[in-house]
Formats: sequence, C-alpha cells, structure tokens
Amino acid sequence: MKHIISMLMENESGALSRVSGLFSARGYNIHALTVAPTEDESLSRLTLVTSGTEQQIEQIVKHLNRLIDVVKVLDLTEGSHIERELMLIKLSATGEMREEYKRLADIFRGDVIDVTATTYTVQMVGQSQKLDAFINALDPALILETVRSGTVGVLRGEKCLHL
Amino acid sequence: MEMTGARIFVNYLEDEGVEHIWGYPGGAVLPIYDALDTDAKKLNHILVRHEQAAVHAADGYARSTGKPGVVLVTSGPGATNAVTGIATAYMDSIPMVCITGQVPTSMIGLDAFQEIDTVGVTRPIVKHNFLVKDVNDLASTLKKAFHLATTGRPGPVVVDIPKDVQNAKSNYEYPQEVDIRSYLPVTKGHSGQIKKAVEMMLAAKRPILYTGGGVVLGEASAELTEMTHKLGFPITQTLMGLGAFPASDKQSVGMLGMHGTYEANLSMHHSDVIIAIGARFDDRVTGNLEKFCPDAKIIHVDIDPASISKNVVVDIPIVGPVKQVLTEMNAVLDATDQKSDEAALADWWSQIEEWRATNCLRYDTMGEKIKPQAAVEAVWEITKGDAFVASDVGQHQMYAAQYYPFDKPRRWLNSGGLGTMGFGLPAAMGAQMAHPDATVICVTGEGSIQMNIQELSTCLQYGLPVKIICLNNGFLGMVRQWQEFFYERRYSMSYMESLPDFVKLAESYGHVGVRIEDPKTMKEQLAEVFSEENKNRLVFVDILTDQQENVYPMIPAGAGLNEMILV
Repeated sequence: MKHIISMLMENESGALSRVSGLFSARGYNIHALTVAPTEDESLSRLTLVTSGTEQQIEQIVKHLNRLIDVVKVLDLTEGSHIERELMLIKLSATGEMREEYKRLADIFRGDVIDVTATTYTVQMVGQSQKLDAFINALDPALILETVRSGTVGVLRGEKCLHL
Repeated sequence: MEMTGARIFVNYLEDEGVEHIWGYPGGAVLPIYDALDTDAKKLNHILVRHEQAAVHAADGYARSTGKPGVVLVTSGPGATNAVTGIATAYMDSIPMVCITGQVPTSMIGLDAFQEIDTVGVTRPIVKHNFLVKDVNDLASTLKKAFHLATTGRPGPVVVDIPKDVQNAKSNYEYPQEVDIRSYLPVTKGHSGQIKKAVEMMLAAKRPILYTGGGVVLGEASAELTEMTHKLGFPITQTLMGLGAFPASDKQSVGMLGMHGTYEANLSMHHSDVIIAIGARFDDRVTGNLEKFCPDAKIIHVDIDPASISKNVVVDIPIVGPVKQVLTEMNAVLDATDQKSDEAALADWWSQIEEWRATNCLRYDTMGEKIKPQAAVEAVWEITKGDAFVASDVGQHQMYAAQYYPFDKPRRWLNSGGLGTMGFGLPAAMGAQMAHPDATVICVTGEGSIQMNIQELSTCLQYGLPVKIICLNNGFLGMVRQWQEFFYERRYSMSYMESLPDFVKLAESYGHVGVRIEDPKTMKEQLAEVFSEENKNRLVFVDILTDQQENVYPMIPAGAGLNEMILV
C-alpha cells in the first residue's frame, strides 16, 4: 500500500541526500519526493510517497527518525489527511482535438495556462489518481511532456506537524 | 581566547579528556599536526603506518575501555583508507570520532589535489557526519560529534575540516552545553512493558536469555548477571556479547549462531520465551528466518527502535538503555509475588544438559599436527583466561570465540558485523595502549595478519608488547571450509603460496619471532611467549596448524538453528 511520509528536517546541505541515501541503501521504494523550505527558515518540509508492507513502513519511519537531520516524521496515511499534486502537461493540440482537449481540461478542472498555435499546456491540481485519470483520457501520442510535482499533504483539522 | 581552528581542535580534545589520537599526517591536516606540536599537553598522538589501522586502533581502544576512539587523517586517500575502519566501527556500534582534513573551502568541488567528498563517501557508514565550513562552528561541532558518538546507540562520527578553516581564527571556549533538537535518545524503558516482560519471563516453561554487544556497550554486565542468577535461566551470548556474562558460569550455554554450541542453538530453537537484550537478530545468529524459533514469544530490549522487529517480529519490545531496563527488571523481580515454574525449569535444564553432554566442541587431540583449537586453549590456560584478545576474521576468530571463554566484558575485541580482515593487530595496539600492563593478544591467521602487517612497525615505535598468535594453515581457512562443504572441494584462490618467514619478518621489525610446529612442544613454547622475559616485547608466534581442520559446529546458510553440522 502507498504511504505518504512527511517530515521536517534541518535546512542544511546534505540533509536530502541522507534521506534518499537511506532509501537506496536499504532497498526501499521512493515513488515521489518533494522538498521545500517552510515558514521557519531553519527547517525544510520533505514529503515522499513510498510503498511496502506494514512492517517495512514501520522500519522506514524508524530509520528516518534515526537520521540526525530529520527532526519530525509523520506517516500522513495513518490518519485523516489532504493530499495534492500539481501537474503541468503539454499537449499537441491541433485540428478537432484542440477543442476537445479544452473541454476535457475543463471537466478535470484544469487550466490551460499556455497556448501556441499547435500546443496547450494544462495545469492541474488534485490527488495523484485524478492526474492519472486525466492522462489516461488522453491519446498518448499527443502528450508532449508531463511534469508532476509529487504529492504533498497535510493533516486535516487543527493537528499539525511542527516542533 | 582567539586561536586558529587547528589549535581550537587540539585544545578541544585536551578539554574533552581525550588521551590518545591515532593518525597519519598529510597536506590537508598539516595545520593540525603543527598545533599538536605546539599545543598538545596530555594528548598523545600515535603515528600508524596506514590509515585503516589508525581507525581499528582507535576502535580497539574504544572497545576495551568504553571511551570514544579518536582518529585524525588527511583528505582524499587518507579519508578513503579510513573508510573500512569506520564501517567496521559502524557495524558494531563503536563510539568513535574521526577527523578528516579537507581541501580549502574555496577549492571544494573543483577536483583539487587529494579532494574527495568525504561526507558523501562516509554517509552510509556513520552515525552522523559534519563538514565544518566556518571556524566559529568548530568547537560546537566537535562537541556534537562526541555527544552523538557516545550516547544512545553509539557509533562513529566523521568531522571533515577544510584546511582554511584550520587556519582561520576564532575565539575558543570549551562548549559546556550541546543541543541537537532532533536527537533525544531514550533514557528509560517503558515501565508497563518491563512489567509485562517480567510476567512473561516468569510464566515461561522453556526460557532463554539471548544477549549481545549492547550489554557490553551499555555497561550492563553486573545487572545482566544479577538478573540471570535471579531467574535461573540458561543464557546464550552472541559473538559480540561474549564476556558480558561469565562463560564459566553454569547457566551459560555458550555462543549461539552459525558456529555456536549445540546446546545454545537447540535451546534457542526449542524455547518458548526468548529474552533478547542488546542483540539484533543478525543473520549469523538466526539462520533461516522462516525456521527461527517456531514456538518462542520474544521480548526484545534495545536502545535503538530500528533494531526492534527488523528481522524478527517481537512480542514485547522495550526501547531503552539496557542498564536501566535491567535494573528495573531486577527491581520488579524482587517485588513480585509471581514465581517461576520450577518444575518446568528443571525439565528444561535436564534437556539442556543432555544437549550439552554431546560436548560439541570436542576435537581430535591425538594427531601429529597442531590443532588450532588446542593452540587457543593452551593460550587460554597460560593467560588464565584473563587477557585482552583481539581477533582478525576467519576460522581463527571462531576458534578464539569458542576456545577462549571470557568471564569479563571488554576483553574480546572482534569485527563481528563487518567481518574485517586486518582488524586484529591494530585493535590489539589500541587495547595495549589503553592497558599498558595487561596481556594483549592478537589471534590471527596468515591471511588476515598480512592485511595490516605494516603495523609491526608502529608497535616497535611505541613499545606495544602485543602477543600475536598466528594460526597458520596456509589457507584462507574459512573460505577453504566453505569450498570444501559447498563447492565440491574446488579450492579456488584459497591457498596462500609464497608466505613470508614470519619469524624473520618479526625479527626484521625488531620483535621476537617464534615458530611452533610440534604439538608436543607447543604448550612449553607458548608458556615462554607469555613469560616475564617477554613481558615488554612483541612476540609473533607462527603456529603451523592442521590444514584440514574445520570450524564445528556449523549451521549452513539457509538452515535453521536445529540443523547443525556437528563433526
């Protein structure tokens, strides 16, 4: 099962490689990973999507906690949470598909954010499965480029991941 | 007081109470070596002949004392040569601080002479590492390094210091406080879990204590011994744990695992409750996980949560320092009205005695050739079982573990996790430096000793009277044994030709060399090696042993603990 693991880590060079190195050294999967600064400039927020048995996920969380640069770790999937991913997708949009893709983007609540005579670039936000569904609705031959941010997420309600 | 980074480093080590630092100079640490010359008062630097040996020596010092080992090497090849030593310490959770020189910060990333990304190279084999970019952070970083290395689950910490940081100036004051917000090792086990564990222990019918290196690292021998005696249970120790509980005590059933005793492995396999303390269910201990101890409920005490339920899922996990947890367990045992099942225990012990009666460590003593087991036993007798024994890796390591039973912790120094050949001699040097008047032995083979034999020179320079017991069978013995068992006796590359004359080699380094070839004179010759006359001399004892001898008992890879090859 997929797990979204979110953590606060020291905003220091090398911290990211300690996390990614742990995953490669111990043979764990990373499906997606995203990292950016937070309101506290000494901390970065890293979110990664991984999968494994319950025992493996438990080990992953324990090993992450063992890293000195990792300050807090939370498996978002354990509780009620919101998750989102951003996608920018560039499509070949000519002939009758030009109109069709605009309608399709509307149905998925995507925005066409860049237009040329032959292309559309669509921006879409949602759960990863929704972005997958949009891609599946397209003719693969007409997809020019797909850029996805990886999933980020927060706990629902008043609960927060903080120090 | 304002001073250079190099002088801050030396003064910091003085203030930290570091006695010895093992190292090797080079371009990127010249300012520090200069500061050692001008500022070191009590701090003693030992010049090794290869950086790997510096790390193993610091490691041997740490294992034999419990204090952190400290290493100083230069950038590039100095750091990469140290890597094997650092990894060795990491796998066995040995407290260590390794300082590496680095090219000046302005040249980092430019492929400068002797530049290597030390922090990157060592990342997977350290508890943590630092690159110090600002001299103002140097003292506080060193403080963090020592704090991390010695607390929680100990381990090596690398501090990489660029040359310009060594030359830059800052105010130095020994930092009294250390604050690492993400690092709060557990200081106390959960009392509820401890109570539950004691209840489970006392209800057991076929219990066994399984203890590891964590008891040694956690200085919990006395507490373990007290609890074991209170409970009256059998106890088996891992290769790393030997000595934490006295081997001569009747409750000890010896080492377990691949070359463990018949009684230890069968007691584990048939147990209904395993009390694992400071041990990590290593594959050399468990054998095939699917066949591991099918009837056992498991209690696991460990300082590192990530060690718990890693290989074997446990029933009662207790995260905490073993010393504190055992103290509390002893208190709970004293207070409880619950009694252990005496009748079941008596049955269990009579079963164990039956297994013990197979005398699985027996070997042929009638032959014309020297048996390696006999050599180790003779050394044990002569040294009254009270020496510091550093071992290399291979058959001789297993013979030492089996035939030199230890009654005290920190006497047995071996590379258990990484299995590093070449560990023995430098580790013995470290132990000898820490215990100048003690008998320190290096049990080795003709293969392992040649991986760090250059250190004979260091031993002469510092007057380290290590006794090297080289079990020389002309083969990479453990490789040969596996080839005999599992590769139809194709002894591919396990035979060593063109061996040096070790006696002459030792003599050329200024030491004493002795060759022993005859089982009849062996004891007498060995007694002379350990005589008063040789007390202050390094003696290299080249013992020609039976080439065909194998280590028994043995659990082949993939088998369960109950599937042992006896003789």
